[in-house]
Amino acid sequence: MVGGDNSTVSTSMTMSEAINHAIGEAMERDPQLTLLGQDIGAYGGTFGVYRGLFDRFGPQRVIDGPLCESGTIGFGIGIAVSGVRCIAEIEFFDFVGVAMDQIFNQAAKLHYFTGGKLTVPLTIRTPIVSRMGMGPQHSQSLEAWFMHIPGIKVVIPSQADDALGLMRTALTDPNPILFVENVRLYGRRGPVDVDADPIPFGSARVVREGTDATVVALSGMVHEAVVAADRLAERGISVEVIDPRTIVPLDMDTILTSLAKTMRLAVAHDAHKSGGFGAELAARCMEQGFDLLDAPVERVAALDVPIPCGPVLDEVYPNADRVVEAVERLMGLTR
Amino acid sequence: MTTLPVPVDEAQPGPRPTDLDADALLGLYRDMARVRALEDQVVDAFNAQLIPGSTHPCIGVEAIKAGALSTLRPDDLVLATYRGHGECLLKGISAEAIMAELMCRTTGVNKGKGGSMHLSDPSVGLVSTNAIVAGHIPMAGGVAKACQIRGTDQVVLCFFGDGAACEGEFFETLNMAQIWRVPLVLICENNGVAISVPTALSQATPDIADRARGFGMPADVVDGNDPIAVRAAVGAAVARARAGEGPSLVECKTVRWERHSAFSAGGGDPGEQRLAWQRVDPLPRFRAALTAWDVGDAATLDEIDAAARDEALAARTAAEKAPHPAPESIHEDVFAPTAP
Ligand SMILES: Cc1ncc(C[n+]2csc(CCOP(=O)(O)OP(=O)(O)O)c2C)c(N)n1
Repeated sequence: MVGGDNSTVSTSMTMSEAINHAIGEAMERDPQLTLLGQDIGAYGGTFGVYRGLFDRFGPQRVIDGPLCESGTIGFGIGIAVSGVRCIAEIEFFDFVGVAMDQIFNQAAKLHYFTGGKLTVPLTIRTPIVSRMGMGPQHSQSLEAWFMHIPGIKVVIPSQADDALGLMRTALTDPNPILFVENVRLYGRRGPVDVDADPIPFGSARVVREGTDATVVALSGMVHEAVVAADRLAERGISVEVIDPRTIVPLDMDTILTSLAKTMRLAVAHDAHKSGGFGAELAARCMEQGFDLLDAPVERVAALDVPIPCGPVLDEVYPNADRVVEAVERLMGLTR
Repeated sequence: MTTLPVPVDEAQPGPRPTDLDADALLGLYRDMARVRALEDQVVDAFNAQLIPGSTHPCIGVEAIKAGALSTLRPDDLVLATYRGHGECLLKGISAEAIMAELMCRTTGVNKGKGGSMHLSDPSVGLVSTNAIVAGHIPMAGGVAKACQIRGTDQVVLCFFGDGAACEGEFFETLNMAQIWRVPLVLICENNGVAISVPTALSQATPDIADRARGFGMPADVVDGNDPIAVRAAVGAAVARARAGEGPSLVECKTVRWERHSAFSAGGGDPGEQRLAWQRVDPLPRFRAALTAWDVGDAATLDEIDAAARDEALAARTAAEKAPHPAPESIHEDVFAPTAP
């Protein structure tokens, strides 16, 4: 389905194909748009997201570079400030630390400290590789680090059509963007309307409506939250599930509107609990919606231990069971 | 090959360069004098508490700035460090816009929120200076890569110090730039020290140029206090880059100003360090050469100095009158506006 039939309004794509589609069409439109990364050429990317792009656009535009994350992002910034849009890939989210200075001191600050003279139309793609048993250096969800740094937008889709619409927006935005994918979701197929408008950043999706509790979930945990909501529905508990889709900017309106209805909030993500997105969201809800909260905010997150290898990793990551337990506590059913 | 700057009183002017007429030679001197005058005024303004934070003058390295920049076309591009006011001035940012930025005024080139270490005006080809040691080096490689992508024949100069040459990003850029043969000229200002750590303790080899050679990149070592030598080496590198032959490195040996910055002494005794840089001061040395070559008499050169000082003083006076940014402006330019 790569480069799918544009005449069909609604089609079906995996998330990987949707991202590929958005990038391919942007490269058709903008003959300078350049991809940088490792193993992205003929190999098509470690997880195959770029499959076919090398053949379509050639080695000058799909550039296999040496293994150096700082250099890759730094070159990407230099290309971008020159007015040439660039997508740079970090092969696993865990490797982002190697490039951190380029992202948080350079990409995120250039527009500000130059008084707007430089813009950085750079999209950094990186996958969360959680739950695959690759151990503590290949499993992390680090999106919260980037919420802490003004100047970079953070996109984290959970399904194919969102990924398409958000990547389309990313590829017209003049700012640095961290586009966080999820390896477990790459193969997940869903309906995609290729003629739909791009999805603006800062617009959450209400995945499922409900009245008793709100679960704001990121990436893979969106699907766990839906499973939990199904199970709770059988017991007469109605859960609203919200996927913010971008955490910078964050659509607080949708979340607070939901809270006004449910008065109860749980946040679910694969990232560690401490200092995670959930902590930030809980704080914002307290600041902006204290009167809306009937119970303490629940955080459903990875435990604060390095992610181990092997079957014990299931102990560390959150799942639908933990979302159910959190909602039970919110409802006062358990303590 | 180690080429330390020659002391002023031992310097031999050598033969007059044949490729530069009197105007060009005087132009080089003027460039150096303008940088010196601006930085003298900057130090004075800092001491008068008009410049917040810190500021890193390029006093004593004017020959590098002038020699290197004199090889460029107006559409060529420059990235530099916090010690880069000279590049900004010579690339075409006005002394007033620089001074006002250092004083954090709205008339500063970046509206007064960047300050001394963050100057940028892409409209004159000064892409950016940077306060993270070596942080701008891969960016410079990317700017050069973009020239390739767009099919222009522009060249990118990237200035940095010996300290920066120890950072991983420097090595990554050597490799990437050389693999892709981007039109980049790396200019290492080796002033013998990084804040307080002398190169004897920080560099595994005496010449940083060897690192570039290790990546197969052409590299030269020159006396950085001789603008003619700098110009020759950088000019050859720029010509190679423009011809599509890829990147080069030019290491300019020099001696640092008396302090690391106006804020930090940077180890050693500033008094002794002042004697050290003044002993090799590129300005009197080039002045002597110009006189020996019959290019400019004392009166002509004095006039250039005076005009440079006037420019710097006028810049400072104007900058001092400009307002600081309004408090609301802190929220401006966090993100570039997106199309509606
Ligand atoms: C990554 C980083 N580390 C440390 C510093 C603090 N610092 C600022 S300038 C400097 C010395 C740099 O020396 P060098 O590259 O030789 O340039 P010079 O200042 O001598 O011109 C240091 C350590 C910094 N700004 N960035």
